[in-house]
Amino acid sequence: MGAIREVDVAEVTAAVKDLCITTNYDLPADVYDALKAAQETEESPVGREVLAQLVENADIAAADRVPICQDTGFAVIFAEVGQDVHLTGGDFEAAIHEGVRRGYGDGYLRKSVAEEPAHARRNTTDNTPAIIHTSIVPGDKVTLTLMAKGGGAENMSSLSMLKPSQGWAGIADAVVDTVSRAGSNPCPPVIIGVGIGGTIEMVTLLAKKALLRDVGSTHPDPRIAAMEDELLERVNALGIGPQGLGGRTTALDVFIEEMPCHIASMPMAVNVQCHAQRHKTVTL
Amino acid sequence: MAAKKITTPLTDDVVRSLRAGDAVEITGALYQARDAAHKRLVALIEAGEEVPFDLQGAVVYYMGPSPAKPGNVIGSAGPTTSGRMDAYAPLLMRHGLKGMIGKGLRTAEVKQAMRDEVAVYFAATGGAGALLARRIVGNEVIAYPELGAEAVARLEVVDFPAIVVNDCHGGDLYEEGRGAYARDV
Repeated sequence: MGAIREVDVAEVTAAVKDLCITTNYDLPADVYDALKAAQETEESPVGREVLAQLVENADIAAADRVPICQDTGFAVIFAEVGQDVHLTGGDFEAAIHEGVRRGYGDGYLRKSVAEEPAHARRNTTDNTPAIIHTSIVPGDKVTLTLMAKGGGAENMSSLSMLKPSQGWAGIADAVVDTVSRAGSNPCPPVIIGVGIGGTIEMVTLLAKKALLRDVGSTHPDPRIAAMEDELLERVNALGIGPQGLGGRTTALDVFIEEMPCHIASMPMAVNVQCHAQRHKTVTL
Repeated sequence: MAAKKITTPLTDDVVRSLRAGDAVEITGALYQARDAAHKRLVALIEAGEEVPFDLQGAVVYYMGPSPAKPGNVIGSAGPTTSGRMDAYAPLLMRHGLKGMIGKGLRTAEVKQAMRDEVAVYFAATGGAGALLARRIVGNEVIAYPELGAEAVARLEVVDFPAIVVNDCHGGDLYEEGRGAYARDV
């Protein structure tokens, strides 16, 4: 075991604040490059025009330091805390919420969180609470990943508890059906995160974590990489296209994460992500 | 594709001239309203009271902006998913609303109301909020400031780019465009 390293949670707050702002202003390079590449392959003139607008929009947001999209999202934080870290100076989760509060305030980001969802739906006015997923990992570092998750695409996501007999064909059909029904709603071209296995809460987390991969990356397991290729081809054959106006570019990529499941179960989830796929990681 | 230049408020003649797939550039006033504002507007109409802007020929923009930075007219300002306003849209059309700007699918009821009342649904590019904000030259909150990003605002736009998705003749670009590019695998 290494020496214990102290990390003041004030550093966490500062890092989260910076992540909120920069994630919302700067489209990741992998997504930007994928949108540019799609302009070359898209057959629909309207689709090419939409893709050109999205590239120009990313350029404007980065140059003017304004949000890529007015829906600056629910702040989802994946925190990996090294087991040789001692967090000092206050409550770790409170420090993350404070970083979100400062980032969404100082960065002129939209506050999009409502409390009492079933009734009052009052805006919490500071975009808190953040959604926090913490895991303990080896080492003496703290790694924070922020995903700014917009509502329109999240609303098109799905969860299915399939029968094991439905197999891969059942899973693939459910993914394609989810994208097909979503149509123009989630701001295509989308990125599709698919979770397979685990339990009801874990499969949705797998689907969300799948979205953290770089667009264009290949899964290290060739079996899963082939499944992803198959789904991307089927989804892009739907004809939905950029903004649902017709075209070949319905999705930029499909990512799958899987884990073992109960012998009686076959959980699967699809987390739909718009083209404004905003996420960024920092290590303390 | 050359865009048709149109101005608001919209007349029936202009609405009838628009066809699914037409690119347009809109100049004039748009009324910003989304979920919470629509709930209140419809409650006012149902109670027989006045809504806070003239609905005759009006175009509503389903949008909730990010806060404006100092010196800017508005923050990022792209469309939100229109389907959440489907429950409210037919009543507004019956009271004079002529145009809606958003993104995403509408129900059969909304599309029927567009035929019956001579109204049009435009899509703006979702996720292009920084680009679209540059076409907004005026921004005045006229109702429900307590709703923050969900307040009703009167926006002045110049050459605001959009595309006709549903026209008043039954045309539907989402269906037609998808059909043209779908293929078997």
